Amino acid sequence: MWKYANPTFFLPLVAKLLPWLTGATVIAFAIGIWGAFFSAPADYQQGETVRIMYIHVPAAWLSMFCYATMTASALGTLVWRHPLADAAQKAAAPIGAAFTFICLVTGSLWGKPMWGTWWVWDARLTSVLVLFVIYLGLIALWQTIEDPGRAARGAAILTLVGVVNLPIIKFSVDWWNTLHQPASVFRMGGPTIAPSMLWPLLVMGMAFTLLFTTLHLMATRNEILRRRLRRLSIMAASGDTHAQPTHRLTMTGGVE
Amino acid sequence: MSPSPLMALFSREIRVARRLGGGSTMGIIFFLILVTIVPFAIGPDLNLLSRIGPAILWIAALLATLLGLDRLFQADHEDGSLDLMLTSDTPLELIVLVKCLAHWVVTGLPLVIAAPLFGLMLALDPQALWAVTLSLLAGTPALALLGAIGAALTVTLRRGGLLMAILILPLAIPVLIFGVSAASASLSATTPFWPPFLILCALTLATLAAAPFAVAAALRHMSE
Repeated sequence: MWKYANPTFFLPLVAKLLPWLTGATVIAFAIGIWGAFFSAPADYQQGETVRIMYIHVPAAWLSMFCYATMTASALGTLVWRHPLADAAQKAAAPIGAAFTFICLVTGSLWGKPMWGTWWVWDARLTSVLVLFVIYLGLIALWQTIEDPGRAARGAAILTLVGVVNLPIIKFSVDWWNTLHQPASVFRMGGPTIAPSMLWPLLVMGMAFTLLFTTLHLMATRNEILRRRLRRLSIMAASGDTHAQPTHRLTMTGGVE
Repeated sequence: MSPSPLMALFSREIRVARRLGGGSTMGIIFFLILVTIVPFAIGPDLNLLSRIGPAILWIAALLATLLGLDRLFQADHEDGSLDLMLTSDTPLELIVLVKCLAHWVVTGLPLVIAAPLFGLMLALDPQALWAVTLSLLAGTPALALLGAIGAALTVTLRRGGLLMAILILPLAIPVLIFGVSAASASLSATTPFWPPFLILCALTLATLAAAPFAVAAALRHMSE
């Protein structure tokens, strides 16, 4: 595992994996969208609007999964000071913000016909909104601190502080009496959702996870390349003629 | 380890705060202005004001806590005293705790003391005055400690004030929720005072235990 954590091994591995991951994502989305929009029945109460669920629920899962990934990377940054963890952390923040945004928008579109309002201030909605704001704060922190290594450690600390929000989101529907419905897929005693609706949801969940993995690997790769570019341009600017570019190309990390 | 370095640090912080920027008077004036502009914004209806008064006081306290927070570690970073704190024998976590305590004494405590007076201006009844004051007393230390995390993360940034607010205000939401619900308990018969107040106390104690470590870690990483 440590071998592949080295950026020199990581980049070829990503190059090899990406076509497969992209293909798997496309196939999973094809099956999932067919299942969600053509195969699954309309709900007897909600009618056709229930199909929003196949976008909304996976996006919500991924918004939290992405934060968990970021937390793991944050530990990698703080404990091992690993440059790959820095890059993975930075790459995850905008993707997580996008998934959270999709979750909020589709939830709002779903809420209008079902609850009669675009937005209510109940615990689940509010805690997801807080998650969105935390993502935006992290992105702002990344953009403000110039030195990449220092930005990574600052963002890692903030990520670890913000992780208290994850259990609040997960259990908000149990702790408070919310308008948002309680968990119906991952719960004690099995899902309460009909199998004909469950399988497209799970396939969509897998498709979203594959999409996240693909995007995250691509963004991490870009971040590593961006750091190399930064290092090379700093070296070029300081007139370091003794540096051997081919050797230095395998190095990453900012200027400590 | 004797407690005297920490005592010296505490009195230094208070002295610096008093001599630069007027210390706590500035915070109270800001608090007063915030309370004054709200009736202009929503109209001078006393019934409405007394209903949302606790929330106004809490938001004013939240914003007033941000005052001067960006200089909490930045001034020390600029004049080099932060380096001395980082290398001293006293644990950085304790130093952070003392600095937060001094900051709270200068900015938070005066707000708590002034809250009953400003509550009168918002037509709160005596019971609500007590509830607001108690909830502010229990909640503002948590706000100061959370703010210190943001201050430490932005310590090297020249214009980190806005970023700091963006970083810490989401984290302050739980404190705000339980603070306001404890403060406005006396307004309706259905909401009790003690459960949200005790949760607020728990939040403050948890921040008190955890935040100094986060702040110290941030200071070590950001100022190297």
